[in-house]
Amino acid sequence: MRIFDPHIHMTSRTTDDYSAMYEAGVRALVEPSFWLGQPRTSPASFFDYFDSLLGWEPFRAAQHGIAHHCTLALNPKEANDPRCTPVLDALPRYLLKDNVVAVGEVGYDSMTPAEDTALAAQLQLALDHDLPALVHTPHRDKAAGLTRTLDVLRSSGLPPERVVLDHLNETTLGAATDSGCWLGFSIYPDTKMDTDRMIRILRVHGTERVLVNSAADWGRSDPLKTRHVGDAMLAAGFTDDDVDQVLWRNPVAFYGQSGRLRPGIPAPTAADAAATHEGNSILRGGE
Amino acid sequence: MMLTPLASLRTGLEVQLDARSRDWLHRALAEAADAPRAPGPGAAAGLPPWERHFATAGRHCAPAPGAAPADAAALTDTARVLLLHAAGPDAEALTRLYGHGSAAERRAVLLALPHLDPPPETSAALALVEDALRSNDTELITAALGSYAAAHLDAHQWRHGVLKCLFTGVPLSSVAELEGRARGDGELARMLSDYARERTAAGREVPADLHHALKLTEDPRTERP
Repeated sequence: MRIFDPHIHMTSRTTDDYSAMYEAGVRALVEPSFWLGQPRTSPASFFDYFDSLLGWEPFRAAQHGIAHHCTLALNPKEANDPRCTPVLDALPRYLLKDNVVAVGEVGYDSMTPAEDTALAAQLQLALDHDLPALVHTPHRDKAAGLTRTLDVLRSSGLPPERVVLDHLNETTLGAATDSGCWLGFSIYPDTKMDTDRMIRILRVHGTERVLVNSAADWGRSDPLKTRHVGDAMLAAGFTDDDVDQVLWRNPVAFYGQSGRLRPGIPAPTAADAAATHEGNSILRGGE
Repeated sequence: MMLTPLASLRTGLEVQLDARSRDWLHRALAEAADAPRAPGPGAAAGLPPWERHFATAGRHCAPAPGAAPADAAALTDTARVLLLHAAGPDAEALTRLYGHGSAAERRAVLLALPHLDPPPETSAALALVEDALRSNDTELITAALGSYAAAHLDAHQWRHGVLKCLFTGVPLSSVAELEGRARGDGELARMLSDYARERTAAGREVPADLHHALKLTEDPRTERP
C-alpha cells in the first residue's frame, strides 16, 4: 500500500514517526503551514518556519525515503494578530518556490473581519501563482463557517476543482460535495473524523475527490491514521484500487495541479504499480 | 563537476535538457545577463525576472527523452549556477538569494561561488559558506566544501568542516582539494585522532574516511615547519 499523506505537520513529529510512516507505506506527504500552538509575534518567526518547510523538513523526510512538499500561508488564527499580518506581503516570493504545491492552510477560525481579509487576499495569491488552495474549515461553528467559506470561494474566482475543503465531517459533507471542491478528512484519535465514520462516508459518497489525511501535529494525533483507513477500507470490502485512489492518486491529482510535484518521489513497488492506471508518471502533475 | 569551465557546464546541461527546458534556459540566461548588477533604489518593485527564473528553475529543467538518466536536481543546480554567473549579483544580492532561498537555491549559491565573475566579496561569500557548515543538511555541507572553501576558508573552519563531514556521513571525496589542504596539517590530525578515540571508546565504528584523511595529514614529504 503506497500512501500520500496530503496534510501532516512533520515539524512537530519525531524521526520515529518518519520511520513508522515509511514502514506503513507513506512515500510522500504535504506539510501545510499552520500555527504552532505557541502564538508567533512577528513576521520573522513565520519566515524561519517557511524556510524550514522549504529546507530542513524536506531533508529530514528524504532521509526516511519520503518526498516532502508544502503549502504556505498566513493561518486564520494568526491572521487576527496585526503583528503577523505583514506575512501577507512576503508570501508572493515564497509561493514561487519549487516545493510549494498550494496556498494553505487558509480559511476561518473565529470568522472575524481580519480573517475575511486574509482569506480573500490569499485566494487571490493562489490565482496569481496558479496554485490550488488548501482551505481549513473551522472547528467551532463548522457548518456556518463552511457556508461563509463557500461564499468567499465563489466570489474569489478560484475554480472549485482547485480547492480542497479540509476537516470535513458528516454535517458539512453535503454542502462541500455540492460545491465541486475536493473533500478533505482529517482522521484523529478523539476529535475531527475517525476511521469507522470515514468508512461509512466512503460507502455513501464513494472515493472520488476524497483526500484522507492524518493532520498529525503537536496535539494528540497519529501519523499512521492514513494507513489505518487503508486497512479499514480493505476490511470493509473496498478494492486495492479504491485504496490506491484515495491514499495516492487523489492527492497526486489534486496537488499535481500546481505542476510542481516532483517526479523524484520514490517509485512505487511492483504491487503498487499494478494497482494504478498511470504508474508513477502521474507524479509529473501538470506536465 | 564544478571545476569544469562554465562553457562546458552549459553545453553539458543543454544536451541533457528537453527542447522546452532548453528554450527556457536561453531566455532565462539572456534576462539574467541583462539584469543590472546592483539594482538602484529606483528599480521596479518585486523580484527581477531572472530571480524568478532562479527560484523556479526546478520545474523548468526536464531531462531530454532518451538522454542518459540524469539527476534532475543536478540539472537544476547547473542551471542556477549559470544564471548566477550571467547575472553577476553583488554581495548584497547574493546574500539575499541565499537567505531567501530554499535548500536547493542555497546549494546553488554555494556551488556558484567559485564561478562568479567578478568574484564575490570574500567576507560575504564566506559568511554563506559558514552558515551552510552550521547546518545539518548534508547537501548544503557538501556544497559548502567546494573549491571556494578550499581556497578561502580559514584553517579552523575548514578542519571543522572536515570533521562535520565525518559526523554527518558526507564522503570526504566530496571535499575539494582535501589532499592539498590536509597534507601536513598536524591540528587536523589531532582532531581526527581524538574523534577516532571517542568512537572507539563508545564501541562504535571509526569511519573509513577518517583513516584516509589521517593518512593524508601524515604525509612526511611536505610536513609544514
